[in-house]
Amino acid sequence: MNVEEDKKVIVEIKGVNKIYGSNHVVKDLDLTVYEGEFLTLLGSSGCGKTTTLRMVAGFEEPSSGIIRVEGEDIQNKEPFERDVNTVFQSYALFPHMTIYDNVAYGLKMKKVKKAKIKEKVMNMLELVQLGGFERRYPSQLSGGQKQRVAIARALINQPKVLLLDEPLGALDLKLRKQMQLELKRLQRKLNITFIYVTHDQEEALTMSDRICIMNEGVLQQVGTPVDIYESPQTKFVATFIGETNLFEGSVLEKQGDKMRIVVEPGDFKVRGGGFNHGDMVAVSVRPERMLYSESPVEGFGLMGIVKEQVYVGSVLKTIVVLSNGNEIKIERLAGQELPTGGQVYLYWNDGDAKLIHTFDNVFAQAVENIVMK
Amino acid sequence: MNRKIKAIVKKTAGILFCSFVYLFLFLPIIVIVTGSFNATTTKPYITWKGFTFDWYIKLFDNTALLSSFGATITIALISTLLSTAIGTVAAVGMYKYKFRGKGLIDGLLYIPVVIPEIVLGISLLTLFSNTHIPRDMLTLILSHTTFAIPYVIFNVRARLSGYDNSIEEASMDLGANRLLTLKNITLPVLAPGIAGGALLAFTLSIDDVIVSYFTNGQVKTFPLKVMESIKSGVAPDVNALSTLILAGTVILVVFTQSDILKKIKRRK
Repeated sequence: MNVEEDKKVIVEIKGVNKIYGSNHVVKDLDLTVYEGEFLTLLGSSGCGKTTTLRMVAGFEEPSSGIIRVEGEDIQNKEPFERDVNTVFQSYALFPHMTIYDNVAYGLKMKKVKKAKIKEKVMNMLELVQLGGFERRYPSQLSGGQKQRVAIARALINQPKVLLLDEPLGALDLKLRKQMQLELKRLQRKLNITFIYVTHDQEEALTMSDRICIMNEGVLQQVGTPVDIYESPQTKFVATFIGETNLFEGSVLEKQGDKMRIVVEPGDFKVRGGGFNHGDMVAVSVRPERMLYSESPVEGFGLMGIVKEQVYVGSVLKTIVVLSNGNEIKIERLAGQELPTGGQVYLYWNDGDAKLIHTFDNVFAQAVENIVMK
Repeated sequence: MNRKIKAIVKKTAGILFCSFVYLFLFLPIIVIVTGSFNATTTKPYITWKGFTFDWYIKLFDNTALLSSFGATITIALISTLLSTAIGTVAAVGMYKYKFRGKGLIDGLLYIPVVIPEIVLGISLLTLFSNTHIPRDMLTLILSHTTFAIPYVIFNVRARLSGYDNSIEEASMDLGANRLLTLKNITLPVLAPGIAGGALLAFTLSIDDVIVSYFTNGQVKTFPLKVMESIKSGVAPDVNALSTLILAGTVILVVFTQSDILKKIKRRK
């Protein structure tokens, strides 16, 4: 990733932990955010993504570790002393102030001259397409409009980093899609670093330059949407982003980079480095890369029965049940359907299977469980 | 046809019922107001002898009655101020922070509200006499503050139940320190609850008799003075003062309930 090395680091999170009582919310987090990028913290609720965001904003203190903004340790800085601004999930607009006063608040606190404030606020409202709303109160706005006010209010101080905590969570689907594009447009136009928290993987894939996936407080993988989707490094990432078929087993034979892997319902040959004989492995094959044939395929010993076929417009979704009861999802362009109940052989093209070490994860989990007890 | 009659009966019954309720509510007030304008000079000041402002003139010569009213207002203002400040801080603190014994403290709040006032009065009296605090204005203010605090807490807390903590975070996020956040965000948003609590504390203090009776020493508040004077029937100058208080209260309520305040604010 040479491109990234050329970029200027803006936020650096090093060895950060957050512990509430016996609850270890963020575990040894290392994360570097580059200037001008759109980074998404993605994970299901309770994975520590919001806590991470709040630690950068200053509302929570890390139990250990360092957070730097532009190279400066911000541990002793109060939220009001940090050059970052937040868009809250609940918008958090000041209900007793007009839209104008809401947006102007940051500038007033900075003691900017009134005329200058007016000019900036009007420009900002124009930018978020809320010109003419300045005299209204938050209660008189729709959800989408409130969201824009919240964004305008957070952007007016021209923060070095804008933190967004599931800002579109409360909007309906159509509005959300529209706001996703708008946020992306704003981010490009203003060239401000965005750290965006969401649990919606599709949203993350659509908007982000890079995605950082977290699970139970542990950083799983950081990478571009393509990286994350095409080369998941952990089982969690593989199953969390998009749909996938996961075969778990171990390396039975190994010759160079050719391996035979045995799994519960059968075995198959794959290419891949970094594995030894006997290693535990999970093999992830996306539904759109999974293929089937009515006759046996060389190198693959996976057989199943067609359980269901669903025609969804351009795509035909097929579910095949393996001998151990696992269901395999297959997606392909609509064409000739297979008879339900018929026998098929599963295979895929070389390179379409992603191999993931699982032993370490299991082992680490076991050790942690023992230590925690 | 039948239904039409039924509807008429329903309507008249409703009107009658409401009329009675309102009659009972307002009859005493009417009696007081008319009494204050009654020209009769013989006890028990009931028969109507014509219209006069004499009682109002007499009222302003009755320095004892007036000074008791002054004492009542002073006590009410100071105890309102104290109880509102303490109650607001308590309500916000209890809303924001989790601490051991919170549930107990929560429950204890209801005790001063539900126990008979006479018990509160006696216990305060015991407290003051055991600690040798002389009973005067100070003890009255302390007592009134004591029983008003829970009401303020309840009022502010009701406002807090719809309160979003993140607006304070947003304020700090935008560069306001804690004090500015309190001034710009917390207090203005809680203002209706605080004002409601203060108004309640004020009215509770003004018409308190029982607790005052035990803790007043030589100080006579207006309700105590009235109590004293009714031994010889309610004097019309008391009626006159009551009428004035009533007028004051009505004006206050109309003022706070209507949009007058808001309109003035908007014009700014």
